[in-house]
Amino acid sequence: MTRNEIKNVILEIIEDIDEEADFDSLEADKPLRDQLDLDSMDFLDIVMELRKRYKLQIPEEEYPELSTLNSCVNYLEPKLKDF
Amino acid sequence: MIELRYMQPSPAGVCTFDETKYRRKRENKRGTRAGCIGVYCANEALIDAGIDFSGYDRARTGVYIGLTEHGTVETENEVYNISQYGYNIDYWTHHHNPRTVLNNPAGEITMNLGITGPHYSVGAACAAGNAALIQGVQMFRLGEVDLAMCGGISECVGSFGIFASFRAQGALAEHHDPARASRPFDAARNGIVISEGGCVFILERLDRALARGAKIYGEITGYAMNSDARDFVLPYGERQAQCMELALRRAGLAPGQVTIINTHATGTRQGDVEECRAIRQVFGESVPPWINNTKSNIGHAMGAAGVLELAGNLPSFVDNMVHPTINLDQPDPECALAGLVVDAPKQLDRVDVILNNSFGMVGINSVVIVERYAHDRRQAS
Repeated sequence: MTRNEIKNVILEIIEDIDEEADFDSLEADKPLRDQLDLDSMDFLDIVMELRKRYKLQIPEEEYPELSTLNSCVNYLEPKLKDF
Repeated sequence: MIELRYMQPSPAGVCTFDETKYRRKRENKRGTRAGCIGVYCANEALIDAGIDFSGYDRARTGVYIGLTEHGTVETENEVYNISQYGYNIDYWTHHHNPRTVLNNPAGEITMNLGITGPHYSVGAACAAGNAALIQGVQMFRLGEVDLAMCGGISECVGSFGIFASFRAQGALAEHHDPARASRPFDAARNGIVISEGGCVFILERLDRALARGAKIYGEITGYAMNSDARDFVLPYGERQAQCMELALRRAGLAPGQVTIINTHATGTRQGDVEECRAIRQVFGESVPPWINNTKSNIGHAMGAAGVLELAGNLPSFVDNMVHPTINLDQPDPECALAGLVVDAPKQLDRVDVILNNSFGMVGINSVVIVERYAHDRRQAS
């Protein structure tokens, strides 16, 4: 998966959680939770969806890697390179 | 007809409503079907009652929701979900517990409306709707709340297990025409038609209701609950009769003063017979009371049954008509009560008292008596 494809996957998962999520003014280096109406349960939904789609097991201590859109892409790029 | 996982199509009552009228799709996704139904009903009830919380404190408002069960739908779905992943519990959802705690539907209502008073569910099998109304009245008597949102909710049509269990018990209705499947008192009845649904009533004290010029649908003047203490599933007319008698006594009414008995009868052989026996014991064969059954029209809405069926009868205080029991082609002789209103509505001169029966599994009985609010009657007494 390319970095752009990974980014789109993340946005798609968020959109599935909240179809009214506004991505227009989303800044890729700022925490997603500060910009979108997401809470800890939504965040766990993202983790679960990645597990279901790609069999990715993300350890809890690595959850902070998923805080911004860019950090998500950086973290997931090596893990999703074969998809 | 509804098709559920593992099941042949079954007759069922499924409700449709504007699910995003009072909360967003994402909240519906996160919450439960019961919560979704509850939020809709609660908002509609407040609007109908004309309550915007300018005259009532949200901290002095109680939300009491009757449920037959809760969490069955979510649990079945999650077990199915992990079955798709080799039963690996890493795929079990973190939403399971907040969705399945028993207070969930009542809690979803408080979150939606910002109500900070007490909320909980009342688990009373299919007597739960009545039990929630009774809870509200009792909380008024204790001075715990000033406003009570009392009702019942059923999301049962989402659970194959509930259908399968009634089927295993020989109590799931079958009929080629689903609209004819729910037939309490009929000789050809063969079980229950399960329905989803919800109903929330706004309860307030009479003086407060009068002071704000509220539209008063009726006044709860009597109630009773008791237990069979006998059997897991089989009802017991003797105890049902005692429950009705206690409610009448508390209301200060003689049996002959009841205008309508709304029966609980679900279309099972013994259940219908036991209730008719109880009614004969308390009321004899004299008419009134007139007798009807709302389940013949809407199926059995489980935890919502008591309140939905009461809602189906309260308009009788306005038009003085008794809604009929339908699908009663050939009455079971043991259920042929003299006052049964069959097929067509019965026009009366005046409807003053409705007695609402709701009974449930493991031997729980509830009776609520609602009277037309009559200023003159109050003054006379």
